[in-house]
Amino acid sequence: MADTQTSDAFVEFERVQKSYDGENLVVKDLNLVMPKGEFLTMLGPSGSGKTTCLMMLAGFETATHGDIRLDGVSINNIPPHKRGIGMVFQNYALFPHMTVAENLSFPLEVRKIGKSEREAKVKRVLDMVQMGAFGGRRPAQLSGGQQQRIALARALVFEAELVLMDEPLGALDKQLREHMQFEIKRIADNLGITVVYVTHDQTEALTMSDRVAVFDDGRIQQLAPPDQLYEAPENSFVAQFIGENNTLEGVVKEINGDVALVRLDDGELIDCKPVNVSKPGERTRVSIRPERVEYNKERLQEGVHTLKAEVLEFIYMGDIFRTRLRVAGNEDFVIKTRNAPDQVRLQPGTQIEIGWLPEDCRALDA
Amino acid sequence: MSDTTQNGPVLAADGTPLKRSLARALRMQKMRALMLIAPLLLFVVITFIAPIADMLFRSVENKIVATTLPNTVVALQDWDATGDAPPAEPVYESLYYDMFVAAEAKEHTKLGSRLNYEQTGLSSLFRSSGRRLDDAGEAQIDALEDLNPAWEDPAFWYALMDAGSGAADDDLLAAKRKQMTELTDIDHGVDIGFAPRADISQLLPKTADAYTLFALFTAVEDEDVVAEEEPWEAVKVALVQDLQEGADVSSYTGPGAAELAAAQTALAELPAMNFKEVFLDIDKDWGSVDNWSTIQTYSPRYTSGYFLNAIDMQKGPDGPEARPENQQIYMMLFKRTLFMSLVITGSCILLGYPVAWILANLPMRTANLLMILVLLPFWTSLLVRTSAWKVMLQQQGVINDVLVWLGLVADDARLVMINNQFGTIVAMTHILLPFMILPMYSVMQTIPPSYLRAAKSLGANNWTAFWRVYFPQSVPGIGAGSILVFILSIGYYITPEIVGGTTGTFISNRIAYHISSSLNWGLAAALGAILLAVVLLLYYAYDKIVGIDNVKLGG
Repeated sequence: MADTQTSDAFVEFERVQKSYDGENLVVKDLNLVMPKGEFLTMLGPSGSGKTTCLMMLAGFETATHGDIRLDGVSINNIPPHKRGIGMVFQNYALFPHMTVAENLSFPLEVRKIGKSEREAKVKRVLDMVQMGAFGGRRPAQLSGGQQQRIALARALVFEAELVLMDEPLGALDKQLREHMQFEIKRIADNLGITVVYVTHDQTEALTMSDRVAVFDDGRIQQLAPPDQLYEAPENSFVAQFIGENNTLEGVVKEINGDVALVRLDDGELIDCKPVNVSKPGERTRVSIRPERVEYNKERLQEGVHTLKAEVLEFIYMGDIFRTRLRVAGNEDFVIKTRNAPDQVRLQPGTQIEIGWLPEDCRALDA
Repeated sequence: MSDTTQNGPVLAADGTPLKRSLARALRMQKMRALMLIAPLLLFVVITFIAPIADMLFRSVENKIVATTLPNTVVALQDWDATGDAPPAEPVYESLYYDMFVAAEAKEHTKLGSRLNYEQTGLSSLFRSSGRRLDDAGEAQIDALEDLNPAWEDPAFWYALMDAGSGAADDDLLAAKRKQMTELTDIDHGVDIGFAPRADISQLLPKTADAYTLFALFTAVEDEDVVAEEEPWEAVKVALVQDLQEGADVSSYTGPGAAELAAAQTALAELPAMNFKEVFLDIDKDWGSVDNWSTIQTYSPRYTSGYFLNAIDMQKGPDGPEARPENQQIYMMLFKRTLFMSLVITGSCILLGYPVAWILANLPMRTANLLMILVLLPFWTSLLVRTSAWKVMLQQQGVINDVLVWLGLVADDARLVMINNQFGTIVAMTHILLPFMILPMYSVMQTIPPSYLRAAKSLGANNWTAFWRVYFPQSVPGIGAGSILVFILSIGYYITPEIVGGTTGTFISNRIAYHISSSLNWGLAAALGAILLAVVLLLYYAYDKIVGIDNVKLGG
């Protein structure tokens, strides 16, 4: 998938496999290269192997097979405490019997750094996360967001170049989470650190990352920047997993360069972009984003195939309208339209015709 | 709706203060809750708290001397115990009358046993004296009875002493009722068909005293009619004494006036009774200053004597003093008990911590299975487990046999591992181990493994991560386990009794001895009270140092 000998590689996974029981592989043949300073998110449903990858990188799990390299050096046999990787845990894991300052000073103490230098560093990192006044508090006396900042500060205080974050915002409420996403991204960019971030929240992944690795079934399904991931999913899992998506099933009839003609299961024909299909006769699942569907006849491109649709439900959501349709036997076909002054509000029961640009409709694996 | 007035309390809708209406609303709930725990509360109060309070009270209670020898105690107050002269005649006189009543009521032997704790030999002295007191004053009694057979006639005596329809000395009767009640613990407030004549009690005070006691005893204890029973020897001795001491019989005109006048004239020549000689005749130990000093020292109703005894001291004439070296035992036992309890607690921590750690870090299924092994000892009788250690540890026991077989120990030099401190420590550590493991386990279970991971990711090696991060969080479990084990072991009885021999016994074994063998309950209570105080003190100290809210038994 990626070239393992890239010169600027900082973190490398090469053919890494992991099995807990000797029967099932949790991570199957993982290859991943990260340059220095990248913010990479591992995204996937639970059980997809993303956390296992993180734990292997941190050193809490050993790879069954393959090589993990940090800055060109294999770290397979280096114990976690010698890897110098900062880590933010899901529930922060702030030591409850120490004050905030003691928590932050802990990694410096075990590195035998002098007292005055320790205090200076702790103060600097506390200021960085805007928690300068909280050094004397115990973790239990802090709110969730504050604990999150301290956990982040602790992973940064010993100047690790690589910081791992295991669903660090999972315990926060929505508003705080969005604020912290921005905060973490800002700090990471300022310090120029490399971050591996694990989450199952796709919005988080899309907004924060330089690149996102979508995990499923122990494999990276797609590794790409957020916009590519959303607009050009490489397979139907990614298409389904990232954002909202409409799926129609059918068989490829013919492929003419960039346009494939697909006969849907109810016999209708549509135009799409062939992604995972190569020859006529293959079964395919076509994917189209709800906001790329057009029903205004005047705006539909000349000569493309259209589909008949019946409006089942109209939902007013403020900035957008969400309309559910029955299309080619699929009753969960959704379209989204911007709430513009000239926009028509479709009434349930209305019969309309829908279409799209062939490049927005991707014919993926079945 | 509630409302706040300008500066008054918050009021409820009906104008009553909100606080009061809240209290009223909650009262029903509280009452119901109280009703639910009432059975247990009553059970605990009746079977646990009350006996303990009673037992603790016994450690200072000492009224037996004052109730058995009420007059002697008063007479003895002025006697100087530091001199080498025994008390003067009035003390012996009081002793005669007190002892006579006590002997009739068979209470004198109890006093003897009580005083014997303080001074050996007093028990037999009291027993033999009580028996022989009837014969005392024979000469006086014979002289009196020879004068007139009326002096042997119960009815005559009754007529002489009873107030009948005349003035009665109610004060005297009430005082004697109280004395007898205290002496025998039987209520003497009932109607006895007798009241002492006021003029007789003026004229013949000692006789009236003695006869009233006799009347009370006859009516209440013997359940006989006073007028039909011949008075005690002590009554007659008292009469002779009163007459010889110059009672003005001529002013008396009631029944028996003539007989009294005749007796006074006839008995004038008779030598006065010497009570001191009577007692020295019975036993020369009644002349011992030590014995009298003991009686004087222990005459108050409350005494610190038991407590002093419990810390190897005794009451001397000049206040508390150390006991002779060869009688000092309790301080050594207390120290040994504390020391061994600490050793047992320490070894429980050392052995239990790794076990609790493993249990807490294993998967739930395996941990539960292993937990059964930890709990298994609980399902076996304590006696069986202790006896098993006897089998293991004795010189012809399993361990010694194996060591000899392996050639590590010579057959003629088998290790002594039982009937000493070692045996007690081994057996008790084994028995109390679950009490250490369980609280430690439940605390460790609540420490997420992510803390250790976090410490390691921050650069701590395994030991630092454990010592700086895991261990401090497991301290509450150690604290809870230690308190449990220490407090349990400090009062442990059965195991030291069986495997402790003489050097491995605890203070509790001594308490048990005083409860069931020597019957010195006061001392046992004092020892128990000290033990209780030590435990509470340690608990308090622990609370101050570690904080009792840091103790967790789980969750």
